[in-house]
Amino acid sequence: MFRSLLFIPGNNPSMLQNADIFMSDGIIFDLEDAVDINEKDNARNLVETYLLTTKDLPKTIVLRINPVNSLFIEDDLQLLMTRKIDYILLPKSNMISLYVLDNTLSFLERKNNFKKIKLICLIEEAKAVNEVEEIAKHTRVEGLLLGAEDLTNELEVERTTVGNEIMYARSKVIFACAANQIIAIDTPFTDISDEEGLEYDCSNAKALGMKAKTAIHPSQLDIINQVFSPTKKMIKWAQSVVKTYEKTGKGVFQYENKMIDKPVIEKAKKIIEKAKTFDLL
Amino acid sequence: MIYQAGSKESNDCLITIKESSETKIHIDSIVGHLFYDQILEAVKETLKEQNVENVDVTVEDKGALDYTIRARLIVAIKRMKKNV
Repeated sequence: MFRSLLFIPGNNPSMLQNADIFMSDGIIFDLEDAVDINEKDNARNLVETYLLTTKDLPKTIVLRINPVNSLFIEDDLQLLMTRKIDYILLPKSNMISLYVLDNTLSFLERKNNFKKIKLICLIEEAKAVNEVEEIAKHTRVEGLLLGAEDLTNELEVERTTVGNEIMYARSKVIFACAANQIIAIDTPFTDISDEEGLEYDCSNAKALGMKAKTAIHPSQLDIINQVFSPTKKMIKWAQSVVKTYEKTGKGVFQYENKMIDKPVIEKAKKIIEKAKTFDLL
Repeated sequence: MIYQAGSKESNDCLITIKESSETKIHIDSIVGHLFYDQILEAVKETLKEQNVENVDVTVEDKGALDYTIRARLIVAIKRMKKNV
C-alpha cells in the first residue's frame, strides 16, 4: 500500500544516495525515459550496485524498465538478481507487451527460483486505455499507473491543470483497478513550481478514485502524501464506527444519525488500515 | 583508445580507462584528503573482481560514494572489453 511513488533517474547518483530519506512511500528507479540512450548501461549498473551495497533501502522499490521490444530489456531484467525489487514498472503496456514480459518473467522465476514478480503497468497509450480492463485482470498486475504525458501527446491535446483531457483515461484506470482490487496510481503533475496546481490535481484524482500519485520531484511529496492520507477527522470517525460495531456486534446500527452497515464498516476498516500503514495512528 | 563512464556532476565521478603496459591508478578527488585510500581500494578491488590488469585508470571524483565509483568503473571496463 502506498500513497506516493517518486521517480528517480537511474543515472543520478545524487538522488540515488538520498532515496531512503525522501518522504515517498516508494521509489521508482527509472531506466527508461529519464536516461539517455547512450547511458543505459551506466544507469543500470549504478542502480544495481546501489541496491546490492546499500543497507537502508526505500520501503518499496519499483524498477521502470525499458520497453519489451527494446535492446535493453534483457539487461534491465538482470537487476531482478539483486532480489531487492518489489515491482517492475512496464512502460508502453498493452496486452502484447504484457504477454511478452510475463513469459520472460516466468522463465526467470523458474531458472532463479524467484517468487512471483509483481508488475505495475503504465497506461500511456490509447491502445492501453482500450485494453485496460484486460491488463488489470492479469494475475501479475498489482497496479496501474496512468501516464498522461505520452497519452495526451498521442491524442494531440494540451495537458491542463483541470485535466478534462484525461478524465476518460483516468476513470478507465480507476474502474479497472477497483474491479480487480489493484492500486490505481495517478500520473505525475509536471509543473514542479505550481503547488496550488498540484494540490488541485491530487484532490481531483483522489475524488475520482485514484489511490496514489507519482512525483517527479521530492518537493511534491508533502502535498501528495497529505492529500492521499486519511484525514484526522476520517480516522477518528473510522475508529468510532469500528469500536461501536465491535461493541454491539450488530451488522446495522446508527452512528451520528447515519445508518452504518457492512460497506460502511468495511470502509472504516480500510481507513484504519491505511492510517496504520502510513504511521498516522 | 580511451573508454569513459560517469560524469563530473556532484556526487558522481568520471572514470577514464585505457590499456597500458602496467596497471596505473590516478585519483583526483574533491575529498581526496579524506578518502584517497578508500577510493584507491575501491578501484583496486573492482579491477581484481573484473579480472582486469594492465590498464591506466583515472578517477575524477566529485564526491561519489563507494558504490558509484565501483559502478562507473565496471561500465568503463565493460565498454573497453566490448571494443577490444
